[in-house]
Amino acid sequence: MSEVKDILRDTWIVFLHNTRIVLQQRVGIVFGVVQPMLYLVLFGPLFATIGTWETLVPGLLIQVALLSTGLAGFGIVFDARSGVLERLRVTPAHRVSLLLGRVLSSSVTLLIQSVMLIAVGYAFGMRAWLPGVLATLVLMTLLGVSLAALSNAIALNIGPEMFAPVMSTGVVPLILLSGAFLPMSMAPGWLDALSRATPFRYVLEAVRDLFRGEYATGTVVAGVAVALVMSALCVTVGTRVFNRENA
Amino acid sequence: MIKTSGLSKTFPGGVDAVLGVDLTVEAGEIVGFLGPNGAGKTTTMRMLTTLLRPTGGTATVAGHDLLADPRGVRRRIGYVSQGGGIGPATPVGDELLLHAMLYGMRPGRARERAGEILERLDLSGLESKPGGALSGGQRRRFDLAFGLVHGPSLLFLDEPTTGLDPQSRANLWDHVRRLRAEEGLTVFLTTHYLDEADTLADRLFIIDHGAIVAEGTPAELKGGTGTLDDVFLSITGRSLREDRPTGDPGPGAPDGTGGGPVARAADEGR
Repeated sequence: MSEVKDILRDTWIVFLHNTRIVLQQRVGIVFGVVQPMLYLVLFGPLFATIGTWETLVPGLLIQVALLSTGLAGFGIVFDARSGVLERLRVTPAHRVSLLLGRVLSSSVTLLIQSVMLIAVGYAFGMRAWLPGVLATLVLMTLLGVSLAALSNAIALNIGPEMFAPVMSTGVVPLILLSGAFLPMSMAPGWLDALSRATPFRYVLEAVRDLFRGEYATGTVVAGVAVALVMSALCVTVGTRVFNRENA
Repeated sequence: MIKTSGLSKTFPGGVDAVLGVDLTVEAGEIVGFLGPNGAGKTTTMRMLTTLLRPTGGTATVAGHDLLADPRGVRRRIGYVSQGGGIGPATPVGDELLLHAMLYGMRPGRARERAGEILERLDLSGLESKPGGALSGGQRRRFDLAFGLVHGPSLLFLDEPTTGLDPQSRANLWDHVRRLRAEEGLTVFLTTHYLDEADTLADRLFIIDHGAIVAEGTPAELKGGTGTLDDVFLSITGRSLREDRPTGDPGPGAPDGTGGGPVARAADEGR
């Protein structure tokens, strides 16, 4: 029991430390949300002539998750290189805490970015159901945990030189296949099938339902299930990579 | 304080980095650990500090079994790696507080301890600076502060003065000597500089091809005649000075880079 208490305490300490840095520096938050915000402001009004804001904004939330949190591993690359990570690994802190504290802090960044997008969406005339929006923020937290853990694991595996090109290219098909810009129901069969093989589509469709105020649908259940499974899986993989010697 | 028996590490692919190290270090000693590059120096150090899991042998470090209780070992030791562990952007004081709290200290106690250790290392007032704004010598002393903030009984120093100017080296030596004299700290250090080994260490171990090949006080090893350089050359067939990491200008060179980390030693032996 004291083991669990130690892990929670260490996670909390690392989380507070990292979150304080993120909030002080602010660049990470702003930088990650710039691109989806541009889509919202410069593409949104165009999209709204054929679709709705309640369709577009959930897509941009998936986009910011992949673009911003997907690249969260950058930080760990720098910490590995400057020796900070090794210094922390010689402390008695549990390794899972060193990872989880970091990952939760990335998740908070994503939460702030999501709120920014949703707020601007409302300002443009989006009419999303508020309880659905709040439920969405819970889903975004899970998504943030998944993506940050995975991103850290990949960063530790492929090293700093490859990380930026691989990830910034890798997230683009995932964004497109989620149906972020146009619902995948409009896609030809093969593209629709391909899209079903990616997890983000399910989360996105659940968020669109939630925004419309339809919460008791199979789509929402599927989206929540995918988000839960994905975060459990990614944290497991991340911890394993982090625990490995020499990682 | 350290006792190993047949401590070894085989890397996947069958390369024997460390074949079997037997060494004993008593409490309060300053021990130098020398060897040519690739001899297994860094690998041994990384095993003793729990960063690498040994594949054979046994070891007790600071009263805890290395294999059965690595967390117990971590609580009692401090480790300063060759490149240090300071990020360029965050205030070093904040990092030091986090570091102390990960040893279980409450925030108030961590602040108190950090204040004490910074005062003792002549670093007070630099807490709010980001790592990138520190001079080479300051950085190295902050590295020392990270290794000492929890009051360990055993400190590992990996190439502590590589890349420092002569004045900063002498200053660091003074601090290490004082810590031993005043707190009975045990120090285990690797170095590329024979003058450092000669002046700082009570006892030396020389490792080559993954095993200890010589051990004794600097005077014993020299046998009254030659220099440590000659001894090292005759034992390992190589001069220690040729083995300096590339890009390291050696002692005496001006330190104009702000002490950027040198080539990390983690690649050794892989």
